[in-house]
Amino acid sequence: MGRFVVRRVLQAIPVLIGVTFLIYCLVFLLPGDPIRALMGEKQDPHLALVLRARYHLDDPLVVQYWHYISGVFQGDLGTTYTGRSISDIVAQRFPVTLKLALTAFAFEAVIGILAGILSALKRGKFADNVVFVATLFLISIPVFVLGNVLQLELGVKWKLTPVAGIEDGWPTSYVLPGLVLAAMSMAYIARLTRTSMIESVRSDYVRTAIAKGLPRRRVIGIHALRNSLIPVVTFLGMDLGSLMGGAIITERVFNLPGIGGQLAQSVSLREGPVVVGLVTLLILIYLVANLVVDVLYAVLDPRIRYE
Amino acid sequence: MSEQIIERPVPADGPTAKAPEPDGKPERVASLWRDGWRDLRKRPMFLISGFVILCLLVLAIAPGLFTARSPFSDGFCDLQHSMDGPTSGHLFGYDVQGCDIYTRTVWGTRNSIIVGVVSTILTTALGGVIGMLAGLWGGWADSVISRVSEIFYALPILIGGLLIMSMVGSSNVWTVSFVLSILGWPQVYRIMRGEVIGNKYNDYVAAARALGASPMRIAFRHILPNTLAPIVVVSTMNLGVYIAAEASLSYLGIGVQSPAISWGLMISDAQDRWLTSPHALLFPAGALSLTVLAFIMLGDVVRDAFDPKLR
Repeated sequence: MGRFVVRRVLQAIPVLIGVTFLIYCLVFLLPGDPIRALMGEKQDPHLALVLRARYHLDDPLVVQYWHYISGVFQGDLGTTYTGRSISDIVAQRFPVTLKLALTAFAFEAVIGILAGILSALKRGKFADNVVFVATLFLISIPVFVLGNVLQLELGVKWKLTPVAGIEDGWPTSYVLPGLVLAAMSMAYIARLTRTSMIESVRSDYVRTAIAKGLPRRRVIGIHALRNSLIPVVTFLGMDLGSLMGGAIITERVFNLPGIGGQLAQSVSLREGPVVVGLVTLLILIYLVANLVVDVLYAVLDPRIRYE
Repeated sequence: MSEQIIERPVPADGPTAKAPEPDGKPERVASLWRDGWRDLRKRPMFLISGFVILCLLVLAIAPGLFTARSPFSDGFCDLQHSMDGPTSGHLFGYDVQGCDIYTRTVWGTRNSIIVGVVSTILTTALGGVIGMLAGLWGGWADSVISRVSEIFYALPILIGGLLIMSMVGSSNVWTVSFVLSILGWPQVYRIMRGEVIGNKYNDYVAAARALGASPMRIAFRHILPNTLAPIVVVSTMNLGVYIAAEASLSYLGIGVQSPAISWGLMISDAQDRWLTSPHALLFPAGALSLTVLAFIMLGDVVRDAFDPKLR
């Protein structure tokens, strides 16, 4: 087990370095000069030279990247061209996105799995069909449309939730955005749970458990559910990363000051280190979530051993 | 669609047990497709989604058949009508520039379909070829390619799209399709590689090799046909996903740019005035949702018909 975790962590390192380098290249290749953009109408050639030297802007791409990544390994994410610490920006913006993504994560796990179980147990009946049609709609309606409609109906007309912003804090301000962000994955999870639940309800060990006279609640809740959760857990783990990435749209609809808006702004200002820092954090979460999923397999299915 | 479709009673949603039995002979391969096709034709969801997609294709190819106006002609937009609601003759009302929303929605079909189809073809080709090579080569080449694919896989599509689109500069349907393919190929790659590795140690491949078949012949004649079903399934399901992704990028302002028409762009423009005049948002949003719905339904039935294992 320990060896497995170490090997997975070692495998993740080249991916992480590759991604940061790829993003660094992309930002490097962005058209426009950040220092000229910074100075606007008052161009000062001398100051520009100083700034260019300070931020290593005239060095080759690889050297710039080296300066950046060696700073990162010392815990320094660098500063923006206006001198603001990137760690500050991350500390301010990241919690918003993280709260949003985790709220969505909770929604999709709870509602998705429950709907999937209901659908599997009532296979072919009315409830199953309702869940099927609901998932079809949730998958088809784009996040920004769903967000706008719910914002109008629940926020403006019925005044059940805040319309936008995070003034009311967690959870009030995050319930509706979280639900909207979760919508599509929720549908996928419901379908996945249904499929794998139907499969395990048919299996021999469930028949054995029923034959032993165990109560239905225990057979469904322990024997069938635990086994059918394996693909669902995989999906959930992979999805945490996509939720953080997809939050950029939800944040725009509900005007949440998360990393999405910061990212768009930094790309247009060509602030390479900010963009790389934020995206690296996103990918780090994705990689860690995948690792946790692999370890969770063994907990859910004792037959799986890592050697 | 006038031919008789249902010849005998169909068990409702019953498991259509069908072993793929990949044994390499062309007749058997053909019969998997024939079985799938027979299965497909009987499903009402296939007929409904197929009909909607057919209509969308006609809309995309010849929008002029459905509206007399062209959104690119002079005097198409009239600021006097800005944000006016639906009236007779202008069923969907006007947007903020005073342009007829019905005409723009109809003409917007083309860009959505182009992005969906082109991105799907590109990802399938790219992921398929690279996956085939990695699976056949194995060893260190496979490891290197797999790590590279993970780099692209780990990059969220919207974030990656934001970066690459800003870098490319010019934004039109072709660059959007290109970006979606660059970010999307690892998904097809993973499936293709897995299928190739699963198939290349089969007895019929060993037999073909023993009979002196060239590597090319083994790859195309013996391995490729057995990998096609899951690839076709995932590609069909991706059509809707890429159409939605284009709308999302355009909504964020980094996809298709005005004056080109995109439903995502129309929704983005309408969003600021959504509270006072929802019609400007609802009609393009409805068109987008219907399109994605049709392709998702198609993907669902194609999966059920061709890949019973994935159900």
